[in-house]
Amino acid sequence: MSSALLDLVVRDVTVAAPDIRSLAFEAADGGLLPAYVAGSHIVVHRGGRTNSYSLTGSGSNPSDYTISVLRQPDGAGGSLALHALTVGDTVRVSAPRSAFAPVTTARRHLLIAAGIGITPMISHLKAGGEWQRPTTLLYRYRPGAAAHLDEARALAGAALVESTSRERFAVVLAEHLSSQPLGTHLYVCGPAGFSASVLQAAADAGWPASRLHSEAFAAADLGPGEPFRVHLARSDVNVDVPAGVSLLEALEGADHGVPNMCRSGICGECIVPVLRGRPEHRDLYLSDDEKADNASMMCCVSRGHDNELELDL
Amino acid sequence: MTPAPFTDTAPPRATAFGDGIVERARHLPFPFSSDSYRYSANVEPAPGRVDTDAGHWGENIIDIDGDYRSDLAERAEILARDPSRCQALSHMRTAVWDVIETLLPIMATDYPEVMAFQRDGLHCSWRNDLLGLQLDFVIGDDSSLGMDPLVFIGGQVQDDIALLDARDGALWLDAGLVTFAADWCLGFDVGMRFTEIHGPVPRVHEERIVSRAEQFLLRLQPGDKFRRTNWTMTVDRRLDTSTDSYPEWGADRRLVLLDPTLPDRLHLRVEVQHLIRLPRTGAVLFLVRSYLVSLTELATVPAWRQRLGQVLAELPPDMAEYKGIDRYRAAASAWLLGT
Repeated sequence: MSSALLDLVVRDVTVAAPDIRSLAFEAADGGLLPAYVAGSHIVVHRGGRTNSYSLTGSGSNPSDYTISVLRQPDGAGGSLALHALTVGDTVRVSAPRSAFAPVTTARRHLLIAAGIGITPMISHLKAGGEWQRPTTLLYRYRPGAAAHLDEARALAGAALVESTSRERFAVVLAEHLSSQPLGTHLYVCGPAGFSASVLQAAADAGWPASRLHSEAFAAADLGPGEPFRVHLARSDVNVDVPAGVSLLEALEGADHGVPNMCRSGICGECIVPVLRGRPEHRDLYLSDDEKADNASMMCCVSRGHDNELELDL
Repeated sequence: MTPAPFTDTAPPRATAFGDGIVERARHLPFPFSSDSYRYSANVEPAPGRVDTDAGHWGENIIDIDGDYRSDLAERAEILARDPSRCQALSHMRTAVWDVIETLLPIMATDYPEVMAFQRDGLHCSWRNDLLGLQLDFVIGDDSSLGMDPLVFIGGQVQDDIALLDARDGALWLDAGLVTFAADWCLGFDVGMRFTEIHGPVPRVHEERIVSRAEQFLLRLQPGDKFRRTNWTMTVDRRLDTSTDSYPEWGADRRLVLLDPTLPDRLHLRVEVQHLIRLPRTGAVLFLVRSYLVSLTELATVPAWRQRLGQVLAELPPDMAEYKGIDRYRAAASAWLLGT
């Protein structure tokens, strides 16, 4: 779903903090881009890698997608590739994906960020301002290394509480966890250890899990999957299925199309019989027992491991 | 050719094609692909043209036809009489504006001769020549519309509107404007979970259809658009067969059996339901567009006459009872099949 990729142009590069660059992408024709839910991210394809980054706009009527990237020399290389971008370069990105949305029924929004985790909170602050959502932001950062600090101050005003040390933040967090009105939702983004400790502190303070939200990139995305090959037993042909292409699309490309409807793993139309091998089931149609049987699969979303799949087609 | 969609149609008339097929059938989304019908998660990406035995349908998300003005006038009358047909829990205000931001540009793109939408930041301009409307408004400013935002957008489309909020891993029907419900009513369902709303539907729970559908909808990403069809039958050309107005139409389901004009009065009711994940809020917009065609009209398409006759004859009793057609479906089937 919404697997379409957008080819965008780098319009602006700014140094947001030491080691952090903000990149603004826009359509080649300068036109509007799809709107998005506050807290959404895009998946950037660059140098054979894909990385997810939070968008920092409100999501309303956007003419650009802006992300902030922390340089991580020890990472897999995605951040270095993005730091090498200059104005005029092209990038391929996914449509925005929502996995960290504000809860509409929240009485109050308590945003908690550390370091580069500030980025989705900037989006929440902007959208919250447009819709008058009561919001508090706790921001922990190292002095001199904070991205979006001026923006956060301007957007949140007195609702921003800054901490520049762990000790100070621990005090601020404890104060705020114990003083929120009933119906407050908490959103946390930052290094894994930071998020885990905030969620633990909230749970210890009696917050129900349904009120706690942490940024989880691509939670709603099935992902492109690994390449694999299927053997069609009746016609004795092999069909290769590259990453990012569904088995259904590959079968159609090989003139072996099957009846289908939703192309999303729910309707059951594109079921194909499996003679041999173990499908990677990713559908919502088959029951757990049927999936364990491995006698059939939904070819629109499910995939194969390696080259072991044989289909009765 | 494209039939003139913007003129109010008189009662159905045969067209100049000489095949005897009535105009209302030309763009009917005939929902049956075989001689038996069962519930399924029959969703597909939208929009997309479907060719039928009588014509085609499905090119646009918002379908505007010859009944546009009369349907909207009927909706306004119903709303004036019963304001409970339009409800929005307070947290759905943003989602209602999301509907406006999403649908108006789609309509302007699909019907450029009669509609135009312009936007500069939050300032918008909307022209709808079919209604003689020219309006400047500001996104998020209810007063700039001069009316409730949900009533406004419900006055631009023939579809009923339901809005589902996604939270706690579930969907909740928290807003809607529903004047043309078939055997349900918004006032009863508003605030309910998706699974609760579908509680009374037979068979679908054993077959996990409702839970699968909910998971599917929760997985949709903002901007995704899907559709499905559903169907029932209605006595007379009556769009409002909600449970609110049951005293007005309930008895007809029995009395029609005694009426020699039964094939003119019994209508196949087809719903095209669009499911759109809204881009700003992530709420799920559920649009229900209802089409009514009488058995007499439907019989101008011989293949449909046979198929609906077979479907009605074969439909299991529990499904016929739930659809409220159990009293007359045998008579309808017999007339269609000529038995």
